Amino acid sequence: MKKYLNNIYLALSTIFIGMKVTFKHLFVPAVTIQYPSVKPQLPSRERNRLYVNMDDCIGCDQCARACPVNCIEIETVKSIPGEDLGQTSNGKRKALWVTKFDIDIAKCCFCELCVFPCPTDCIYMTDVYEFSEFERNNLVYDFVTLTEDERIDKKANYEKMMAEKAAQKEAELKAKEQAKKDNTEENK
Amino acid sequence: MIFDFLSKLIGSEIIASIISALLPLFLFILPFALIAVYLERKVSAHMQDRLGPMRVGYHGLLQTIADFIKLLQKEDIIADQNDKPLFNIAPVLVFTGSYAVFAALPFTSLYIGSNINLGLFYIIGISGLSVIGILMAGWASNNKYTLLGAMRSAAQMISYEIPTIMIVVTILMVTGTLNLNDITQMQSGFFWNWMIFGGHATGIVKILLIPFMIVAFGVIYISTLAEVNRTPFDIPEAESELVSGYHTEYSGMKFAMFFLAEYANMFAVSAIVILLFFGGYQSPIGYLGNTLGLHWLVPIEQLFWFTFKGVGLVLVQMWLRWTLPRLRVDQLMAVCWKYLIPIAFFNLLIVGLITLI
Repeated sequence: MKKYLNNIYLALSTIFIGMKVTFKHLFVPAVTIQYPSVKPQLPSRERNRLYVNMDDCIGCDQCARACPVNCIEIETVKSIPGEDLGQTSNGKRKALWVTKFDIDIAKCCFCELCVFPCPTDCIYMTDVYEFSEFERNNLVYDFVTLTEDERIDKKANYEKMMAEKAAQKEAELKAKEQAKKDNTEENK
Repeated sequence: MIFDFLSKLIGSEIIASIISALLPLFLFILPFALIAVYLERKVSAHMQDRLGPMRVGYHGLLQTIADFIKLLQKEDIIADQNDKPLFNIAPVLVFTGSYAVFAALPFTSLYIGSNINLGLFYIIGISGLSVIGILMAGWASNNKYTLLGAMRSAAQMISYEIPTIMIVVTILMVTGTLNLNDITQMQSGFFWNWMIFGGHATGIVKILLIPFMIVAFGVIYISTLAEVNRTPFDIPEAESELVSGYHTEYSGMKFAMFFLAEYANMFAVSAIVILLFFGGYQSPIGYLGNTLGLHWLVPIEQLFWFTFKGVGLVLVQMWLRWTLPRLRVDQLMAVCWKYLIPIAFFNLLIVGLITLI
């Protein structure tokens, strides 16, 4: 009988204790963050989407070589003499036209290894983390600032220059040979 | 009451009875269910330091309406191996069982669906209909979990009806009537005239009655909680064990009917507790309409007090739901047969002796 009454007492008292706890929590401010409208505070060393500041890029290809998943593809074209490409913000002279700088962010593993070798600090991680797409192809980001025509132009320019150079060399070579011939003939 | 009024107004008894039958559904149960579902989600969220629905409307006010529209659009899935007639009837029966209770509830002194002398008896009897509906749903779904839930539910609801009825009988001995309107009238005046404070009894009888009435209230509250399958007695629909018990296989409107029946039941049992112990629609502090001399205000105030008390008890049910874990089946039976029934019996005896004084 004593146990019976004690059971009743225990049941009721513990229920009231529990109810007190839940009632207190009714007035505790919620910990919910209303996500799309309120963004959570990100940790200071978070790694998110890559960005390339093409004004500073010298096309050195170091980031592409550092990438463990080969998600960066770079193609460069040498500038022809007389073209001024300007300088990077830390005073390096730019000598290469970057005609292709694609980052396939779908492949990217967010390791941040590409960021450290960059001599001009032009590739870095931003705080953007909402970039889902319906098409996988849309995740290949093209950072080159040149237009499509300009790229073809630069390539053509370079090839033309190289062709001219080659032609010039050939001409020089021919001239040299001609001179040699002339000399031998004279000697005879 | 409302039927007489309507039949005089319209002139046709059939139309009047149809309208008076539909009134509680559209005026009370649907709005109440919408608000209660919203409240349930909000209360549970805030008790767990969350926010709950926040997107649809201001602080998610329109969430339940959106959910209801979604349920209306859903496909009504009937599995191939279901017992189709029973499967289709079950939600209707469950809903009828909980809806029929509202016919005898006095919302105000002017509005009672049917002012029958056996009101309390009728309510206890008709609410038993939902047991068979639930058992039917569990059987017809042809799924072992639904059947388990239904069996548990039947066992639980039938065994918990005993302490409920025992307490009802206790009240009957004090009031001497089964008419719910008369029981409410007996608790008129201020809150110390409520049955939980001994009703209109005077002197030593009143003082002697109070502790036993409080015990009776505790017992009936716990047992009605079990009858409507609310936590901690929600083993028939235990989500973590039985998916969701007897209505696992239901979708669309039929599921909505079960849902509506559950919330209608929640209010119905709270209303019974209020009618028996907390003065029904009687105001605890006197009527503003009487003091101001505006007699048309009194029924409105009565409706307010009835819903206020009812929703208050429903809120306590929600509060308990988010406080207590689920009972095991044997614990559930132990609570009923070892504790509630003996206490109710003892209480019945003592109150009977007191009323003899």
